Amino acid sequence: MGAIRLEKVKKTFGTLDVIPGVDLEINDGEFVVFVGPSGCGKSTLLRLIAGLEDVTDGKIKINGVDVANEAPAKRGLSMVFQSYALYPHMTVFNNIAFGLKMAGESKDVINDKVNNAAKILNLTDYLDRRPGALSGGQRQRVAIGRAIVRNPAAFLFDEPLSNLDAALRVNMRLEITGLHQELKTTMIYVTHDQVEAMTMADKIVVLQAGRVEQVGKPMDLYSKPANKFVAGFIGSPKMNFLGGTQAAKYDCHEIGVRPEHLVVSTEQGEIPATVKIAEHLGAETYLHVNSDEFGPMTVRATGEMPLSGNDKIFLTPEQDRIHRFDANGLALGHPLNA
Amino acid sequence: MSTRASTLTGRIMSAPSIIVLFLWMAVPLGMTIYFSFLRYNLLAPGTEEWIGTLNYEFFLTDPAFFASLANTLILVGSVLVITIVGGILLGLMLDQPIFGRGILRLLVIAPFFIMPTVNALVWKNLLMDPVSGMFAWLASLLGLPAIDWFTNAPLTSIIIMVAWQWLPFAVLILLTALQSLDRDQKEAAQMDGAGPLSIFFYITLPHLSRAITVVVLIETIFLLTVFAEIFVTTGGGPGLATTNIAFLVYTQALLQFDVGGASAGGIVAVILANIVAIFLIRLIGKNLDK
Repeated sequence: MGAIRLEKVKKTFGTLDVIPGVDLEINDGEFVVFVGPSGCGKSTLLRLIAGLEDVTDGKIKINGVDVANEAPAKRGLSMVFQSYALYPHMTVFNNIAFGLKMAGESKDVINDKVNNAAKILNLTDYLDRRPGALSGGQRQRVAIGRAIVRNPAAFLFDEPLSNLDAALRVNMRLEITGLHQELKTTMIYVTHDQVEAMTMADKIVVLQAGRVEQVGKPMDLYSKPANKFVAGFIGSPKMNFLGGTQAAKYDCHEIGVRPEHLVVSTEQGEIPATVKIAEHLGAETYLHVNSDEFGPMTVRATGEMPLSGNDKIFLTPEQDRIHRFDANGLALGHPLNA
Repeated sequence: MSTRASTLTGRIMSAPSIIVLFLWMAVPLGMTIYFSFLRYNLLAPGTEEWIGTLNYEFFLTDPAFFASLANTLILVGSVLVITIVGGILLGLMLDQPIFGRGILRLLVIAPFFIMPTVNALVWKNLLMDPVSGMFAWLASLLGLPAIDWFTNAPLTSIIIMVAWQWLPFAVLILLTALQSLDRDQKEAAQMDGAGPLSIFFYITLPHLSRAITVVVLIETIFLLTVFAEIFVTTGGGPGLATTNIAFLVYTQALLQFDVGGASAGGIVAVILANIVAIFLIRLIGKNLDK
């Protein structure tokens, strides 16, 4: 249905290289998330695939056919915009039906498809309303409905949840994941939120400055980041990077250790540190500490920790969970395999 | 601003301007209504007397009234059509990222700042004059006879001039509305397979409906009272060909010195304007509720 392949896709705005050349393989039915800090080119890449921007160079193949110079509508893709981009003067029904109408479908077919989509998305009661009379989550669903009815080769989502409040975002996240399981259509999803990326993706593409830093399954990126950028970007709170004696011990430039992979003790350990702030969440405790040698560090301890500001503690990295990096920030082999 | 004291203070503070405005409106209107029931001719001062509705009977049965009513409606309708269609097209063009857009916009807006009398003089003497006008010169280049605009197509000439004057206003309002159209919506429509024409009719035009309503309402108010262009060029003629209600009232009052008849005409014009306004607001005003 929808396998997408990017070959040396390039995009320049004037003299600015936004995307210097990306190769990427997206398999049929996969849920792929583009993630990266703002300005990394992830939205541009999505718009290139959609056809809303012209590629400067390279090929975009959908099911083996190069569509890099095709009009957006000819590519058979549907897009859900960050602002939803609903047509404000049309009812929900007409919003969803617009694409079908443009394709010249008959009234019966349109009625069938729209009602079907409305049923999937729980919009049946709202078909006569205008977008202005809907809540944020409902508008989001209309936007998705508009994408579904066209039966696309792939769905493109451009930060679709960033306008929703936190509770609704978690709900819609589940709904979109559920939709993917139901439809089994290829989905490409752009977000800057690594939690969305980790929870929804079959495959995550981490981008920085228009370059693909790493492609892989969420847990692969978590446990085997290819470089320091990916290591720091995936996972929350951020990974701690330690040089000096700790790096020397593992024979590398720098080691990375995630906040959840530091063992806390009040009596002994490798790194002496002072607690600055302790955030008690009940199920877990975040400790923001300062070490004389390594500066500020973050620790994530499970359960309740009876610690507060200015307490002296000792931290010990879990040996088999540390990551080693060379001077260029590239990951070296795992210490136990090395 | 919702305590009783502050509401009272607000009323007291705004009272002077409201009273002045009220007097400004009500006194002339009241005097006009009063005059319209008098025989009141400036050529026979001191003979004013109450004659009931006779002024109205004369004004409304005057063939000139129907002619000028028709002229008024044709003038308003034609100018509205020209300015809105032209305004949308020019607005679309000026919304494109073309070279010299800033200067082009300035040029398009310029006619609005020219006063109507000057506008009329420019058109009359420099452009439409059958001997020395530019249109006559252009026609002679093509070997065509010059058109004597104000003799052969008087109302059309007036319509052209007034439309030229009001086109910038429509462009200004419609261009602003075009610029507020969400780019995402156009892109979504593109993804949905809509071509440029479909995008215009399904996305752009509905988006402009509110702005078009505003243009129609405001222009109508001013176009009902077009005077300077007629006064400077045709003087309402030939015959009654370019006399609108406003000009008819003027001829009554200041050419025939019939203050009573002119007042009656003025009141009729006010009533007509209100009928048009109610009609317009009923018809398209609901666009403003959205």
